[in-house]
Amino acid sequence: MWADAWLVAVKDLRIEFRSRVALNQVLPFALLVLVLFAFALDPDRGLLEKATPGLYWVAVLFSALLALGRSFSVESADGVRDALRLSGLPPVALWLGKVLSVAIQLLVLEVVLGAGIIVLYGTSVTGWPLLLMTIVVATVAIATAGTLYGVVAAGLRVRETLLPLLVLPVLAPVLIGSTRAFEAALGGTPSEGWPWVGLMSVFAAVYVVAGALGFGPLMEET
Amino acid sequence: MATPAPPPTDNAGRADGAPRSGPVVHLRGAVALLGRFPALAGVDLDVAPRRIVLLRGPNGAGKTTLLRALAGLVSFTAGEATVLGVDLRADRRAVRSRVGLLAHGAGLYDELTVADNVRFWTRAAHADAADAEAAMGRLGLDGRLRDVVVGRLSTGQRRRASFACLVARRPELWLLDEPHAGLDRDGRDVVDAIVREASAAGATVVLSSHELDRSIALSDEIVTLAGGAVVATGVDDVG
Repeated sequence: MWADAWLVAVKDLRIEFRSRVALNQVLPFALLVLVLFAFALDPDRGLLEKATPGLYWVAVLFSALLALGRSFSVESADGVRDALRLSGLPPVALWLGKVLSVAIQLLVLEVVLGAGIIVLYGTSVTGWPLLLMTIVVATVAIATAGTLYGVVAAGLRVRETLLPLLVLPVLAPVLIGSTRAFEAALGGTPSEGWPWVGLMSVFAAVYVVAGALGFGPLMEET
Repeated sequence: MATPAPPPTDNAGRADGAPRSGPVVHLRGAVALLGRFPALAGVDLDVAPRRIVLLRGPNGAGKTTLLRALAGLVSFTAGEATVLGVDLRADRRAVRSRVGLLAHGAGLYDELTVADNVRFWTRAAHADAADAEAAMGRLGLDGRLRDVVVGRLSTGQRRRASFACLVARRPELWLLDEPHAGLDRDGRDVVDAIVREASAAGATVVLSSHELDRSIALSDEIVTLAGGAVVATGVDDVG
């Protein structure tokens, strides 16, 4: 199963590397969001510093929507979906592969955005372990839930507009938890952030199980 | 209308070399719906191992739906439907990894090269990587074309690449929907040669084509569909 999942992940990453959509569109979009917020809130520097964790994760979520939509749009072209059904790949491996691919793209994006908030917003980090763990757990939560809802929207003509409507409300707990944890890691008290990481871990675990069980039937029905 | 099945023979075999007895495809009164429309309205069909069977009929006769249903992509809602010993009404997914479907859609990733695509689908089927190289070579995709991104290929070259993916998987049952479409004469000759070799090696082939002269010459048996049902079978009514 892991070999099949890795096969799918490498395929998706290769497509992104060749098409450069993530590099030329998703990444600039995320950085643009940060820059625009910096312009909008610059007159009140204190407000910008307070809002930095939330702005960071809003930028990540918006970019994740693009990455998720892209992850499934490549499968909807010209008979590929049928070919996947006939391929013999276990649905759980397919789901895991897509989660891996999205998660790796998000991690790269988050590192770049992290550098962005340090440079643009002058943010300082007081709790590196909490910060890194928040990034890892939130990324897993976004990738697992997003991939599960991505396959729901994938078979529909309105997938581009439906996906945000499905995913954003579901990921609200992750947005809240990651923002609170980041507040603690960026100048706050790190110990106050760990319960939020725990909450997101539970969220991620639920969607790991839901995705492993539900991806196959959902792919079949949509 | 029932199709008499040729008697199973001792040398009838699977693509993996193991002998198979009984028909590879067995349908009795098989019904498949597209929405509420009965695209297949009680199909009776038996296909013996190693046979090459041509499905013919006018547009809308149900040829494509039948091929997709045999691949386990469309549900049979009534009747009996068995493919490679798998009851499709009980579990149509179980047969999928054992059949190869050349569909209208290429089933290729436009952003990847021909070699990337053929290797991916070959590895996904847990087939031998050497088969991917051999299939590309056989379909004339082993030179400069192997490293060309699929999105830049012509229609015929895409068709060759799709067929190479199927060939490399070595399925037990080949389902070919218009395999000659978009190909030049050399390409059609290669496809026919590969189909004959696959049949000789133990695979069973069901194909649909509007290129009747070529397809009839290729086939052992002809099944005529109309209105979602089999209306004639055999080789004597070719014309």
